[in-house]
Amino acid sequence: MDYQLKFAPVFDNFGHLLSGLLVTLELSFGAMLLGTLVAIVCAAGKTGGPRPVRWIIDVYIEVIRNTPFLIQIFFIFFGLPALGIRFSPNTAALVALTVNVGAYATEIIRAGIESIQKGQVEAGTALGLKPVQIFRYIIVKPALRTVYPALTSQFIYLMLTSSVVSVISATDLAAAGNDIQSQTFASFEVYLVITAMYLVLSIAFSGLFSLVERMAFNYPLSR
Amino acid sequence: MIRPFGIDEILFIVAAVQWTLALSAIAFAGGAIGGLVVALARVSQVRALRYLALGYVRLFQGTPLLMQLFLVYFGLNIFGAGINPWLAASLALTLHASAFLGEIWRGCIEAVPSGQSEASWALGLGYVDRMKSIVLPQAAKIAVAPTVGFLVQLIKGTSLASIIGFVELTRAGQIINNATFVPFKVFGLVAILYFVLCWPLSLLARWMERRFAVATRR
Repeated sequence: MDYQLKFAPVFDNFGHLLSGLLVTLELSFGAMLLGTLVAIVCAAGKTGGPRPVRWIIDVYIEVIRNTPFLIQIFFIFFGLPALGIRFSPNTAALVALTVNVGAYATEIIRAGIESIQKGQVEAGTALGLKPVQIFRYIIVKPALRTVYPALTSQFIYLMLTSSVVSVISATDLAAAGNDIQSQTFASFEVYLVITAMYLVLSIAFSGLFSLVERMAFNYPLSR
Repeated sequence: MIRPFGIDEILFIVAAVQWTLALSAIAFAGGAIGGLVVALARVSQVRALRYLALGYVRLFQGTPLLMQLFLVYFGLNIFGAGINPWLAASLALTLHASAFLGEIWRGCIEAVPSGQSEASWALGLGYVDRMKSIVLPQAAKIAVAPTVGFLVQLIKGTSLASIIGFVELTRAGQIINNATFVPFKVFGLVAILYFVLCWPLSLLARWMERRFAVATRR
């Protein structure tokens, strides 16, 4: 092997990488937030909704979980315009990531909701809480606490998956890498640096999530 | 001149399923060997081995599969193996599967009660006999359901090989789409084919999980 690694072209374009990193962060946090909302609605529909609603949610979950994300994003970006639904690459990326993580998170949150004991809800009713309050304080928050570890590892996986959105020319971190490598031909070096950045991101995410856990769920569990 | 999306185009895409299956099989076979090594290293008595395996798992679980594919693809070129999508995709997916299967199987090995290992020590069995005859067979029973679950993830993961030019199901769909310009139908068909591959495995994994839960209920 007489190849000299040259990192100079990568670090000359570091600003470009950072703007890509910003898009990756926006997509990740955007999809986390929207995906969690989708998942809470779907999980509520799956545990308490009428049969047709449950059936539709089941189809959504199974289709998303048994097809590759790459095909989902192709379908949303290239396929949906046939139905008159057109997105810019970055919006399509956000929509695809949200739809994707929403399906996985639905199953996770549903498991959390099912772990809430009936007596808790009955106690809420006895205390005169409104159904919305019961859903929010007695079902969703404790359910989220129970499934928090599973949910956050799904979020880290989401962030890693988001690297795929570069294929529809969204401008994320991986896309910035594609740009730089096509100009400098330092392909291996570019992707080595980007891979390291993703690794740092996933470590940072898990640190952030455990910080949030300590702040959001700081009340004691009564037993 | 735009090509119509006819029976030949459909057959081209359906035929590409074999390459998705071939790549999945290679990655799974390689990943099974690598995964066993990783899992055994993770539960080893030797501290250095444990940390080495942990580092390997963290590295591959903390970075995108797409970047792993790119690094192997361009890395092989640097090391003089040339541009070879088959080799790159097989190697990258094998390394990827090794980390995930290693971590799944570590959990299964640790789920075998420690009394089993202690009893085999007491009987004077060495490491190889203890693992081969006592621990691994019991761990294997626990491992079947999550391993099938990972297989679904692996089959979906092979779609990324299309990005480095490996012609499998996804790439075949792109090729046909570029000629026919009916993405809704093309990617719809590709999605259905992936679903047909993955859904039965998902159902199987869930069924085995439930059966196992019933079997081990006290």
